[in-house]
Amino acid sequence: MSIHDLVADDQPENFSFSAENEDKIVKIIAKYPEGRQASAVMPLLDLAQRQHDNWIPMKAIELIAERLGMAKIRVLEVASFYTMYNLKPVGKYFLQLCGTTPCMLRGSDDVTRCIKDKLGISSGEMTSDGKFSLLEVECLGACVNAPIIQVNDDFYEDLDYDSTETLIDALSKDAPPPIGSVKMRSGSQAETGPTSLEKMAAKSQKKKSEKTAGTAAEQGRS
Amino acid sequence: MPKLTVNSIEVEVEQGASVLQACEEAGFEIPRFCYHERLSIAGNCRMCLVDMERAPKPIASCAMPAADGMVISTQTDRVKKAREGVMEFLLVNHPLDCPICDQGGECDLQDQAMGYGHDGSRYKEAKRAVEEKQMGPLIKTIMTRCIHCTRCVRFATEVAGVPDLGAIGRGEQVEITTYLEKTIASELSANVIDLCPVGALTSKPYAFISRPWELNKTESIDVMDAQGSNIRIDARGNQVLRVMPRLNEDVNEEWISDKARFAIDGLKTQRLDKPYVKRDNGKLEAVSWDEAFAAIAKNLKKVKPNNFGVIAGDQIDAETLFAMKLMMEKIGSPHMDCRQDGAYIDSNARGSYLFNSTIAGIDEADAILIIGSNPRIEAPVMNARIRKQYLASGLPIAYIGQSVDLTYPAEYLGSNASILADIAENNHPFCNTLQSANNPMIIVGNGVYTRHDAKALLHHISEIVKTFDVVHKGWNGFNALHNAASRVAGLDIGFLPGKSGKSARAMLADAADEKMAMIWLLGADEIDTNMLENTFVVYQGHHGDVGAHCADVILPGATYTEKNGLFLNFEGRVQEVRRAAFPPGDAKDDWSIIRAFSAVIGQPLPFDTHEACRQMLVLSFPHFAEIGQIRSSRWKKIGKSGKISDEPISAGLTEFYMTCPISRASQTMADSRTSRENNTKQIAAE
Repeated sequence: MSIHDLVADDQPENFSFSAENEDKIVKIIAKYPEGRQASAVMPLLDLAQRQHDNWIPMKAIELIAERLGMAKIRVLEVASFYTMYNLKPVGKYFLQLCGTTPCMLRGSDDVTRCIKDKLGISSGEMTSDGKFSLLEVECLGACVNAPIIQVNDDFYEDLDYDSTETLIDALSKDAPPPIGSVKMRSGSQAETGPTSLEKMAAKSQKKKSEKTAGTAAEQGRS
Repeated sequence: MPKLTVNSIEVEVEQGASVLQACEEAGFEIPRFCYHERLSIAGNCRMCLVDMERAPKPIASCAMPAADGMVISTQTDRVKKAREGVMEFLLVNHPLDCPICDQGGECDLQDQAMGYGHDGSRYKEAKRAVEEKQMGPLIKTIMTRCIHCTRCVRFATEVAGVPDLGAIGRGEQVEITTYLEKTIASELSANVIDLCPVGALTSKPYAFISRPWELNKTESIDVMDAQGSNIRIDARGNQVLRVMPRLNEDVNEEWISDKARFAIDGLKTQRLDKPYVKRDNGKLEAVSWDEAFAAIAKNLKKVKPNNFGVIAGDQIDAETLFAMKLMMEKIGSPHMDCRQDGAYIDSNARGSYLFNSTIAGIDEADAILIIGSNPRIEAPVMNARIRKQYLASGLPIAYIGQSVDLTYPAEYLGSNASILADIAENNHPFCNTLQSANNPMIIVGNGVYTRHDAKALLHHISEIVKTFDVVHKGWNGFNALHNAASRVAGLDIGFLPGKSGKSARAMLADAADEKMAMIWLLGADEIDTNMLENTFVVYQGHHGDVGAHCADVILPGATYTEKNGLFLNFEGRVQEVRRAAFPPGDAKDDWSIIRAFSAVIGQPLPFDTHEACRQMLVLSFPHFAEIGQIRSSRWKKIGKSGKISDEPISAGLTEFYMTCPISRASQTMADSRTSRENNTKQIAAE
């Protein structure tokens, strides 16, 4: 993988942070002691990515390097190290599929297969309409609810072939289902319901379902 | 000072030393790839594993600070097994292409695989392959061979001061590259070739040329700048194939500039290999030595000694200068000068034209003021030393002259000569810095010396030296930075205008006015030859450069790789250039040409061999016998107050790659210049 494979061929001519992000940058940089501004490189890359359709153009890397007094290559090193930074355009729904052991044992291969069947894309590819792209990533840290897909910032858990299909269908219609376990599990509670602290669990379950319903309704409206 | 035991040998090491250094102290060599004593510690190759008592597993000795009472073993079975494991992993993705690899025979990985490698591989999967990177015309990359030790990245960032290199990606996808594959913007870039422990970064001009065991190695000195970097010239037969640095802590540590390393392809082209005489039709014709000498002698007879002068160039050895001086004395002409650039240097005060602090002394400086010089291109290796001291101590550095990037933060005071007067009168913000410094350094470059008002500027600089105690007991902070390798020797010998003699500038002006009838250019090419149109010019040198183009007689001489000779670097350190190959065709050693001509005019010089010539030189100037040494001299006030022009102070040189007949004839240097210019253009376009 050379630099040309790593970054997008089609780069924008310019990049500048929005006024709102500029305010955030001032706050972020202020968190670090004088002379340690380079520590702000990761939050700044994140800001750039969020502002720029979920990927970081080279101009943004150069801008951040200049802003933090770093060499350009140092910023590129950071941006290319973490899979969470995209140096190429990604789909509107950027699917990060966990393929690490617990998810694999719980059937992440089926999820991969479903995505391939439905969208015709493998890891690192994007659908021609630019709506979906897929990346197989390492552990997302929610192994109790494996297998998992992270769609942009949100986790969808407990997936299998069929529920993945439903998820993709919903996303295609721009109607994201409620985030979290698709089996409507609360957190990492056992599928059969709580086995201890039952009263407390029931209480929190009630609260949560109210909240989720609310959010879903909100999402439906927007 | 921690005391520890290594393989039951007790050693005491300095505070802060690593376990690896302690092991070396005890006499045990530790294999390593990423560790390098002049770079920061990375600890990522894991080859230097050793056993430490009470540690559950082997430790990376390069990254573990030595502590009191440690018990280290380097020869246990566990250590051997651990290192074999590391080696096996390093070789997982390393191609088995030693037979076609230029590093073969001098490869750390190859050598250490002999000690820690298996005879077969257990790895059956596909090996990774990495695309080549573009790093300019000097460095060839075969990145599949890279073991990610990051020595090159650390060198570029720390020593060269150009953070262009980096490691992108992660895990198995890590790749070393420059940002968008630009040429490394450093004059020291090719040192990464020596640092690379494998064949990932190799020399592009030397690719597939030769194997290390075929080469004759000659220890010599570089003359591309006046630092006198210690080099090793590798030649096969009569061809110089490459130049490598030699370790000398006091001069160049273990670095050399790209010009020192790669200008050598210029040794092959545009060489003068026969004497030539210009005929009446204006064409140069190859002749025998006798004919050439006869032509000069005939003309010399017509010319009064007072109308004959010699200008010596920048790469002439001391013996030749000495021989020429003797001959001029016999001929009776006082017109000789070793300062073709017209520098004004007071030769009466030796301590005022040397780099008195010495290069190693930079490590003790605590403030530096650079005047009229860009050390980054005039002495890149010395500049790296200043950077090293900056990194170690953060000392304040300021400069007067052209605004440039010196690779370390330096305050730009401007280019107006009046700043010098301000500082001398304690009327400038930088004065406080100089005042509070214990060991302040002033570096004066050719941007000052070559000005017409140099005397007046030097007067102010002398005032600064006095006001701020730049020279005091145990410290001489006045430093002249010359660009010409032969300058200090020339000044020491007194290859300067004698009584009522004329300087190089005056000789050229006289020649233009047809008052100087004959001029002998001793390898002098950096002059305005248009002024010599009406003069009988003898050019003695090795390249068909501008000097030869205006010559009436050409005497082919030897380059620095083809002769033995003494050079004094800008510190005044005597060093010896040694012959690695013979001059082409009829070309001869320069001292012997002068000796032969002196016989033709009936004034034979009193020596027949190079040794005899050097002996005589040493008799007259005993310090030339002290090879490797500097004879220090007292600083004396120089200059004279006078009018200062408004002309801004410039640097001594503005061009790094092509500055002498050899580097101008070098294709590699031309390519390097183009590629660096393209870099700049690209940045400008952005």
